[in-house]
Amino acid sequence: MTTRLLEVKHVTKRFGGLAAVSSINMAIDRGELVGLIGPNGAGKTTVFNLLTGVYVPTEGTIHFDGRLMNRCKPYQIVRAGMARTFQNIRLFRQLTARDNVKVAAQLRCRCGLISSLCRTPRSLANDRQVNQIADELLDVMNLQDVADARAGDLAYGLQRRLEIARALATRPRLLLLDEPAAGMNPQEKVDLMALIQKIRRDFDLTVLLIEHDMKLVMGICERIYVLDYGQIIAEGAPSRIRRDPRVIKAYLGEEYGDVESDTGTGFSVRTEV
Amino acid sequence: MRFWVNRLLGVTGALALLYAISVWATENLQEYYFKVIILCGIYIILAVSLNLVNGITGQFSIGHGGFYAVGAYVGAAWTVLWQPEAARALPLLQLNTLHGHIVNLLIALMLGAFAAGCTGFLVGLPSLRLRGDYLAIVTLGFGEVIRVVLLNIDAVGGARGLIGIPSLVQSGNLGFFWVFLFVVLLIAISRNLLQSSYGLAFLAVREDEVAADATGVNTTRVKVTAFVLAAVFAGIAGVLYAHFFINISPDTFDMNTSIIITTMVVLGGSGSITGSVLAATFLTAMPELLRDFKEYRMVIFSTLLILIMLTRPQGLFGHGELGYATFQRLIRSGRGKTL
Repeated sequence: MTTRLLEVKHVTKRFGGLAAVSSINMAIDRGELVGLIGPNGAGKTTVFNLLTGVYVPTEGTIHFDGRLMNRCKPYQIVRAGMARTFQNIRLFRQLTARDNVKVAAQLRCRCGLISSLCRTPRSLANDRQVNQIADELLDVMNLQDVADARAGDLAYGLQRRLEIARALATRPRLLLLDEPAAGMNPQEKVDLMALIQKIRRDFDLTVLLIEHDMKLVMGICERIYVLDYGQIIAEGAPSRIRRDPRVIKAYLGEEYGDVESDTGTGFSVRTEV
Repeated sequence: MRFWVNRLLGVTGALALLYAISVWATENLQEYYFKVIILCGIYIILAVSLNLVNGITGQFSIGHGGFYAVGAYVGAAWTVLWQPEAARALPLLQLNTLHGHIVNLLIALMLGAFAAGCTGFLVGLPSLRLRGDYLAIVTLGFGEVIRVVLLNIDAVGGARGLIGIPSLVQSGNLGFFWVFLFVVLLIAISRNLLQSSYGLAFLAVREDEVAADATGVNTTRVKVTAFVLAAVFAGIAGVLYAHFFINISPDTFDMNTSIIITTMVVLGGSGSITGSVLAATFLTAMPELLRDFKEYRMVIFSTLLILIMLTRPQGLFGHGELGYATFQRLIRSGRGKTL
C-alpha cells in the first residue's frame, strides 16, 4: 500500500474561456495536514469542487487512494472516503443537529428502502446504530447539548462544528475543510485548531484545509500549497512559504513590508488593505 | 420472532376493524355521504402520496393527475377490455362471484400501480434533474400530455371515456375497506419513512441538495424513489376511483385535479402527513357542503385559500405532525396545569 492518498495531476477547469484552475499538481500522503491558501478568487474552492465531484475537470486526472475519481458523482466520492465542509455553511437547516449527522451516518449502514418502509426489526436496529454513531460524534464535537436544536437556529461557531461532525459521520479518510475558521473570534479559532488536531489523531485522518487565517494555517499545517490565479505558485513547509517571494508578491504586492517579522494575523489583515 | 407475531396480530386486527367499519358504513350511511367519504379517501391517497414528493423530498411536482389517470385507465382497461378475454381461458377470473371480483380488482390494482410506477420512473428520471419552477412546468405538461393521449385513444373511449366499468370496489360491501386499506397503508409507509434514518436522506434533499450530495446521499436515486412511490399510490387511487365511480373520462383527470391535489399538500403544510390528510378531507368535503351556495362556491373556496396563505404561508401544520406523541404531550402539559 502506497502512502499517497490523493494525487492531482495537471488538472485544469475552464468555464467557457476562463481557466479557473489551470494545470495544478498536488499530492497528499496519508496522515498529512495540508493547507491550501491563496488570495480571494485564486480558485481554492474550485479545487475543492473538483476534488469532490461537483465539477468535472476539463483536463487532468484525480486519483484518490489509487482510484481514478474524475468522473465520479459527489456521493460516490464521499463513499470512497472523501468528505468536505462548505465555505458558506450548508447544513440541513430545518433538521435537528442530530439528524444532520444521522443523514451522513446512514451512509455506512446497510438498510434498504423496503425494510425502512415496513419498519422491520432490521431497520429499527439500524436506526439505533445510526443514532448512536451520531451521538458519539456530537460528543466529540462538543455539541451534545444542542443535539435536538434545529441546525438553522445554532450559533455560527456551532454550525461550523456541526458541519465537521456531519463530514466525520461519513467516516472519511480525507477531510476537506473549506475555511473552517471563517467568522470565528480569536478564542474560537484557538479551540478549532486544537479540535482539528484532535480529530485528525482520533479518526486517523488526512486533512486538507483552505483558510485565510494565517495564524491558523501556519500553526497547524505541515505543508502548504499556495494558489494564485488558478495556479500553484508555491508549495512547502510553512516556514518556507512565509519567505517565498512569489507568495509575498501574490499577497502583498512587490516591495512591501517585511513578512518574516510578521508572525500573527497581520498577514491576512494587510491583504485586505 | 415475537416482533413478527405482534406485527401479524396488529395487521389482522386493523383489517378486521376496517372490514367492520366498511360493512357498518355501507348499511347505515346515506349513499351520498358514503360516496363523499370514499372520495375523501381517494383524495387522501393522492395528497399524501404527492406529499412524499412535494413535501418530504421538496420537489415541486404538479402533474399528479397524470399518474392518477394512468392508474385509472390501465386498471379499467383490464376489467373492461382484457378481463373478458382472460376469463374465457381462466374461469377463476369470471366476474360472477365475490372472489372473482376481488381477484380482478387486485389484478387491476397491480396493473394500475405498476403502469403508474413505470410512468413515474420514465418521467422522473430525466425531469428530476430540473429544479423548482422548471420541474413544476414539466410535470404540469406531463399531466396534460397524458390527458390528450387518452382523449385520442379510441380503445378507451376517447373523449367519451370508459363507461360502465364493473363496480368491483363496492362489491361485498368492501368499498370503504379497499379505499381506507390503502389510505392506512400509505400513511403508515410515509410515517415509517419520516421516522427512519433512511428517510432522513429524503429530507436532506429537500433542505439542501448540494449538501446532501456532499454527505453521500445519492440524490437522483432518492428523488426518483419518492417520485415512483408517489406515482404507484396515485395509480392505486386511480384504479379505486374507476372501479367505484364506474365511469371515467379524460376530463376526470384534467389540470384542475392536479392543481387541487397540489393545493391540498401546500395547504396542509408541505411535509406534514397529518396536514395532507386533513387538507384533502377538507378540500373534498367542503365543495359538497357548499353545494347550496353553488354560485358562490368557488369564491368562498378561493377566499379561504388566500386567507390561509396570507396568515399561515407554511400551511396549516407546517412540518409538524399530529400523532400519538402530540396527544401524550398535550395530556402531560394538561396535567401539569391542573396540578
